[in-house]
Amino acid sequence: MSEPAILVENVSKMYRLYKERNDSLKAAMLRGGRAKYDEFWALKDISFEVPQGSTFAMIGENGSGKSTLLKCLARILVPEKGKITTRGKISALLELGAGFHTELSGRDNVYLNASILGLSKKQVDKVFDEIVEFSGLEQFIDSPVKLYSSGMYVRLGFAVAINVDPDILLIDEILAVGDAEFQIKCVEKINELKSRGKTIAIVTHALGSIRNLCDEAALLEHGELRRVGKVTELIDEYMLDVFTDRIRDGDAGQGQRWGTGEAQIEEFEILDTAGQPAKQIRTGDPVTIRLHYNAHERIEQPVFGLAIHRLDGAEVCGPNTREGDTIPDEIRGKGYVDFHVEHMPLVPGTYDLSASLYNFTLSHAYDHRQRAYRFDVEPGTPHAEFGLLALPGTWQFS
Amino acid sequence: MGRLREFADARELMVNLTLRELRSKYKKSVLGWTWSMLNPLSTMIIFTVVFSFFLKVKPSIGHPSGLDSFAMFLLCGLLPWNFFSGGMTVGVDCLIGNSNLIKKVYFPREVIIISTVAALFVSFMIEMGVLTAALLVVGNMVLPWLPIVFMLMLIEGAFVLGIGLLLSTFNVYFRDVKHLIVIMSNALFYSMPIVYPISVVPVHAHILGVKVPFRMLYSLNPLVRMVNSFRAALYDLKWPAFNDVAYMAIWAVGLCVVGLWMFQKFERRIAEEL
Repeated sequence: MSEPAILVENVSKMYRLYKERNDSLKAAMLRGGRAKYDEFWALKDISFEVPQGSTFAMIGENGSGKSTLLKCLARILVPEKGKITTRGKISALLELGAGFHTELSGRDNVYLNASILGLSKKQVDKVFDEIVEFSGLEQFIDSPVKLYSSGMYVRLGFAVAINVDPDILLIDEILAVGDAEFQIKCVEKINELKSRGKTIAIVTHALGSIRNLCDEAALLEHGELRRVGKVTELIDEYMLDVFTDRIRDGDAGQGQRWGTGEAQIEEFEILDTAGQPAKQIRTGDPVTIRLHYNAHERIEQPVFGLAIHRLDGAEVCGPNTREGDTIPDEIRGKGYVDFHVEHMPLVPGTYDLSASLYNFTLSHAYDHRQRAYRFDVEPGTPHAEFGLLALPGTWQFS
Repeated sequence: MGRLREFADARELMVNLTLRELRSKYKKSVLGWTWSMLNPLSTMIIFTVVFSFFLKVKPSIGHPSGLDSFAMFLLCGLLPWNFFSGGMTVGVDCLIGNSNLIKKVYFPREVIIISTVAALFVSFMIEMGVLTAALLVVGNMVLPWLPIVFMLMLIEGAFVLGIGLLLSTFNVYFRDVKHLIVIMSNALFYSMPIVYPISVVPVHAHILGVKVPFRMLYSLNPLVRMVNSFRAALYDLKWPAFNDVAYMAIWAVGLCVVGLWMFQKFERRIAEEL
C-alpha cells in the first residue's frame, strides 16, 4: 500500500471575524493592541486521506468549508490545528491567471505564471508550445494580456496551470470556464492527468460532472466532515440532504411552489397502459403522466407544462401543451390532462417531475410546482445505462 | 530545512518577479528607462540651485581627490538615499500590491519582497553606473574604488531588504504604516549629510544647559554612516572608515534577521488579512 498523496490529520481552521478592525495604529493603540474578534471555525477537526492517483472531490453547501479546505491543501492558508502532509508537487487552480501582469505579453506571462507555479525556464521552454496550443491563442501570444477577453485570459491561465505537470492538482470550481469546446478540452486534460496516475482534488458544485470524474469524495457540512466515501453514494446522500424538504416517492409535493392559485394542479399520477397507477416504470415502457387540476374560476387558454429533472439538477425535458398544440379554450372546475409517452426514453435512475399551469403567453403562473414528484426508472428495454436517454435505435453490422 | 530548499526552488521565481517589476515599471512611458536617470537628475538640479546657489552650502572638498563640486557631492549621497527611500515606499506596499498572487498561489512569500528590492537594486546599479561616468568626466578616477562601492551597495541592499520585510508585514496589519513612512522619510532625509557636509553638524551642543555629544548621537543613524562611506569611496577616493562599514553591516544583518523572524511569525495569516 503506497502512502497517501494527501494526508489530512485533525485539521481545524479559524477565521477572525473582526468586530472593529485595527486597521490603523491609532485604533490599535486605543484598544491596547488587541483587536476584538469572534472566532469562526471554518473547519473543525477534519481528517481524511487521498490515495495516490485518485481523484477526490470535496462537496458541500456554500459555507461548508470546502474552499477553505482546498486553500489549506494549497498552503495558502495555514490551519490553526492539525497537520496536512502532501507528497509531490502541487499545482492549485484556484484562480486562473492569478499573477498575470496585464501590461506584459502573453508570452512573458506564461513564463512568469509558470515560474510562480514552480517551473524553471527550461521546463517552460519544453511545454511552451503545448501551452499556447492548448489555450488556442497562437495569434495573440505576443500581445499584452490586457487586450485579452476574459475568456482568453482564463484559457491561458488554465493552459499554464495544467501543463505544470503537478503530482497533485487542486481545482476550485473552474471546470465551468470557457466555451463548451474549451470545457471539453479541460475535462480531457484532467482525465489524461488521471490516467497518468496524478492525484486530483476538486471542489465543486457541479455534481453531475464529478460523478464520472471522481472516485471518492468528502462531504462537508458547516465545517465538519460528514462523510468520506465513494463519490456516487455521497452525491446521492448530498442530494437527499439538499432536498429533504421534499417528500420522496410520489406524494404530493412539498418542493417549491408558486403561482396565483386561480387554478391549481392538485395531484400527479403516472399510469401504466391499463390506466392503473404504475407500480414500476421501466425504460421503454409506455406511460401516461396525468395531472389533476382544479380551476376555481374560468381560465382561458391554459398551458400545462411538465419538466423532468435529474437529481443533480439537469433538466431532461420540458414539454407543454402549447408546444403540443393542444390548448383548450377554457377550463373550469376539476379535470385532468394526460401526457402519453409511448416508450419511456429515460435511462434507469431517479428523476424529479415538475408541473405547471400558465396562461397562454407563459407570462403568468397560476400554479407552478417545482420538482414536486420523485420517481424511479428501472432497467428495461432497450437496455441503456449511459447518458440521459435511451435512443430508440438498433445496431446492425454490415 | 525544507524552507531553505523551498528558497532554492524559488530562485527562478525571484528572477522572474524581479524582471516583471522592472519591465512593467516603465511600460507605456515614452521615455521608459530614461526616467530612471531623469528623476535623480532633476532632484540634483533643484538641490544644487537651492542649496549651493541660494543657500551657499559649501561641499566638503574631496580629499585626496581634490574634487569640489556640489552636484557630485550631492549625488554620491542622493543615489544611495533614493535606493533606501524607494525600498521603504515600494516595500511597504508590495504585499498588498501582490495580494491577488498571495491569495491564490503558494510560494515562499519572502520572494515578493526580495524581488521588489532586487528590482530597485538593478535601478540603483544603473544610476550608479551613470554617476561613475559623470565622476570620470569631472576627473575623479573612481574605477579602482568600484569593488568597494559595490560591496557598500550590497550591504545597503541587505539593509533595505530587512526594512522591507518589517514594513511590508506591519503594513498588512496596520495600513497607516504607509502614511507614517512619508513623514519619516522626510525627516530622515534631512537628518543625514546628503545636502550638507557632516562638518556642519556640531560635535557638541548645549541642550537645556546640558552638554550633549551631538554628532556622536547623530551618527548613531546607520544611514549617516552609509552616506559617509559612499562619499568616501566615490567623492574623496579613499577607504571608507572601517567603523562605518562594520556598523552598517551589523545593522543590515540585524535587520534581516529580525525582519525574517517577524515575517515568518506573521506570514501564516497574511493571506487572510489582505
